[in-house]
Amino acid sequence: MSNELGRQSESDSGAAPYNFGGEWKPSQLEIDRRAARKARNRRNAAIAILSSIVVIGGLALVAVTSPGWKSLSDTFFAWAYGVEVLPKIILGFGTNVSLTLIASTCVGIFGLSIALIRTSRSPALAPFRILATVYVDVFRGIPMLLVLLLVGFGIPALRIKGLTNNVLILGTLAVVITYTAYVAEVIRSGILTIHPSQRAAARSLGLSHFQSLRYVVLPQAFRRVTPPLLNDLVALIKDTGLVSILGVTDAVRAAQIASSRSFNYTPYVMAAIIFLLVTIPLTRFTDRTLRRSIERQNATGVA
Amino acid sequence: MTQPVLKVNQVRKSYGSEVVLEDISFSVPVHTATVFIGSSGSGKSTLLRCINLLDQIDDGSIELDGEDITAVDADVDKVRRKLGIVFQSFNLFPHMRVIDNITLAPMKVQGISKEDARENANKLLDRFGLHDKAEDYPDRLSGGQQQRVAIIRSIAVAPRLLLLDEITSALDPVLVNEVLSTVRDLKIEGMTMVLATHEMGFAKQVADEVCFLHRGKILEWGTPTQILEAPQQPETKEFLKRVHEAGRL
Repeated sequence: MSNELGRQSESDSGAAPYNFGGEWKPSQLEIDRRAARKARNRRNAAIAILSSIVVIGGLALVAVTSPGWKSLSDTFFAWAYGVEVLPKIILGFGTNVSLTLIASTCVGIFGLSIALIRTSRSPALAPFRILATVYVDVFRGIPMLLVLLLVGFGIPALRIKGLTNNVLILGTLAVVITYTAYVAEVIRSGILTIHPSQRAAARSLGLSHFQSLRYVVLPQAFRRVTPPLLNDLVALIKDTGLVSILGVTDAVRAAQIASSRSFNYTPYVMAAIIFLLVTIPLTRFTDRTLRRSIERQNATGVA
Repeated sequence: MTQPVLKVNQVRKSYGSEVVLEDISFSVPVHTATVFIGSSGSGKSTLLRCINLLDQIDDGSIELDGEDITAVDADVDKVRRKLGIVFQSFNLFPHMRVIDNITLAPMKVQGISKEDARENANKLLDRFGLHDKAEDYPDRLSGGQQQRVAIIRSIAVAPRLLLLDEITSALDPVLVNEVLSTVRDLKIEGMTMVLATHEMGFAKQVADEVCFLHRGKILEWGTPTQILEAPQQPETKEFLKRVHEAGRL
């Protein structure tokens, strides 16, 4: 609805430049056209509101009038209990936040390195190219839960002195291993979308291979892959919840402990809400970034 | 006699089984312009890319100031510092302002300080009537302005030789002239150049030597008057006739 209105005001202001010195007045034809557009927008808005009420209201009605609704709302929406355990869940969420910060930093560094290795053509890097390709293939194809279990229980089982048994570190490691594979591919695809003529122009100016990457290719590539990278960041925040299976006391684990004491699932709902409070704004931000990058690309001819 | 800036000896280049350049030999003395004409696909662009080492030749050699730049141990980056190339599609860096496009190579390749590089870039922009565009992004400029910026970018590193690859082919006729007059100015200042172009009138004005390239071979060469007004080879005559019909002479 807001889009429709936005377009309306745009078409109004779009006419303004021709209105030199207030001499121009819209013709009857244009006045009729605007009236017709307004009427159509109003009709569309009415239809949108009506259909939303019918669909969402209908679904809510089905849920609320179902025979199990009473017991379900007692188990999942016991708000008083939810508020009581909220501090513990928030405390646990702090673990998710710090894990996200550390993991995303590592993922950024390693992902970029692997993308660069895979797009390089230097013969000295050939073995690393093969290793990087195998790594990406393997860890993009394994469910993260399995990677968590393998790293979390496998590494301590080696009983090598000096290797950590800290579940938080192992959990972070598993997240980094998995997400680096995704992010490396996103960055690599960004590098590949930069037309070879850009590199040719840079090299012909005398810039070295590394300088061409640093000043010409990567800045453009990162601009293009910012939306998918933000998308991966949202996914990473959610997936930090999986480290709870190793026994890390994060938001999910805190909720699990609380609910196993009371046989009430409201703590899970509280944890879900906390995740949403972070991920929804980030998703909106991602959408806006994506829209802007599309607008920018459409506004400019690709040379 | 002074040594030519560029000397191309029996160069051959093929893509797979398709021979693109065959037995190409010519030399370009200092302060002169050699213009290559010929229909699309005759090998003009490939020749310029080979000179700039963006493509590898299959046989022969290319000498720049007497130094074989096609030798196995030639330092490609060092060679390219002495060569400027301007492309048909401009290839400006879209994420950088005009001024940064121009100062990038002087700063990063030649190690000139930012202040000096900017001063020099502004001088060049001023000279070619683009001083008010320094802080704009390339996409805000017209095609003709973009191409002039591309020319400025390549001469900002003071190359020994400037390669111009059909630099007006992507421009509408009105914008062609502003770009060509920029090149004429460079010629007057003594820049040594190799050009590939479809603009015969322009070729006549700036060329010291015109070479007609046909299916990867230099069929005919000589002064602009000789080639453009009294061609000897039937292929040259045919080509010029077609250009004339297209209204480009």
